[in-house]
Amino acid sequence: MVNSGLRDWLYQRVSAIFMAVYSLGLVVYVLAHPDLAYYEWHHLFTYMSMKVVTLLFVFLLLIHAWVGMWTVITDYIKPFVLRLMINIVILLALVGFFFQTILILWGI
Amino acid sequence: MRFSIYRYNPESDAAPYMQDYDLDVKAHECHMVLDALIAIKNNMDDGLTYRRSCREGVCGSDGMNINGKNRLACTTHLSALKEPIVIRPLPGLPIVRDLVVDMSQFYKQYEKIKPYLQNTNPTPAKERLQSPEERSKLDGLYECILCACCSTSCPSFWWNPDKYVGPAGLLQAYRFIADSRDTESKERLSELTDPFSVFRCRGIMNCVDVCPKGLNPLKAINHIKELMLEEGV
Repeated sequence: MVNSGLRDWLYQRVSAIFMAVYSLGLVVYVLAHPDLAYYEWHHLFTYMSMKVVTLLFVFLLLIHAWVGMWTVITDYIKPFVLRLMINIVILLALVGFFFQTILILWGI
Repeated sequence: MRFSIYRYNPESDAAPYMQDYDLDVKAHECHMVLDALIAIKNNMDDGLTYRRSCREGVCGSDGMNINGKNRLACTTHLSALKEPIVIRPLPGLPIVRDLVVDMSQFYKQYEKIKPYLQNTNPTPAKERLQSPEERSKLDGLYECILCACCSTSCPSFWWNPDKYVGPAGLLQAYRFIADSRDTESKERLSELTDPFSVFRCRGIMNCVDVCPKGLNPLKAINHIKELMLEEGV
């Protein structure tokens, strides 16, 4: 709790930079392939490096979302038990999204 | 000119209500909102309650919400406002009566940041000197009059007035962190690294928008965050 404000703030900044770079990279890729079809898109995600970078992107997105959601929930949900339950549901959903991403990426 | 003013006397009113007053501002020679409030109190309704003192934007007593924006009644021109002029107390603080709010929570946060010079070095014979450059770092910080317009326009302060220091307190926190004569900057920074004190600021800039002295608390808050990284607290 002591330094966690600074830590969370850093997580959000660092994750935001990585997500921006990744998103820009994807936009450049799409612009560089004007006749992009299912085959090329599918092929892009068969590279191990792309799978790892995409998983990292999703992981950082989920961290970013967790800090943001935790902040909003502490602002607006005051009863402790209700807040705890909502936070647990959000956390479980985010962890679920992470494993779903692994299944999707390594299913290609 | 029509004024719609928030009224609430907890001793006699079941609930707050808005009361309308039609005031001839020319006849009463009113230029500022405070002039009109004084004219209403003197001539129409002596029960109307508000704080005021210096009537020139120095004491910070008459911060209130005028036409939806927090400002000082004494420095707000009537000619710049649309009718009816809606006057409410500063939002988010408990009401004592009419336009008077209980500022305890605001002062508690101010007290938390230790708003005084701390120096562990031996006291010099005359005074602690500062170069003009070091002194200039305090410009835009020391001018705060603690009117609470900024903190009470900040949603983070509304939701967490007990944990979030608020823009006014943080501006003063940075005022002492930036002071070359203060030796406790690192301790000051390390006392603010929890998720609420500073980091509840999400940079929406309501504080910058309302400050009647034209100060920029957000800039000070961002300096605090940067210094935390640089100092590795």
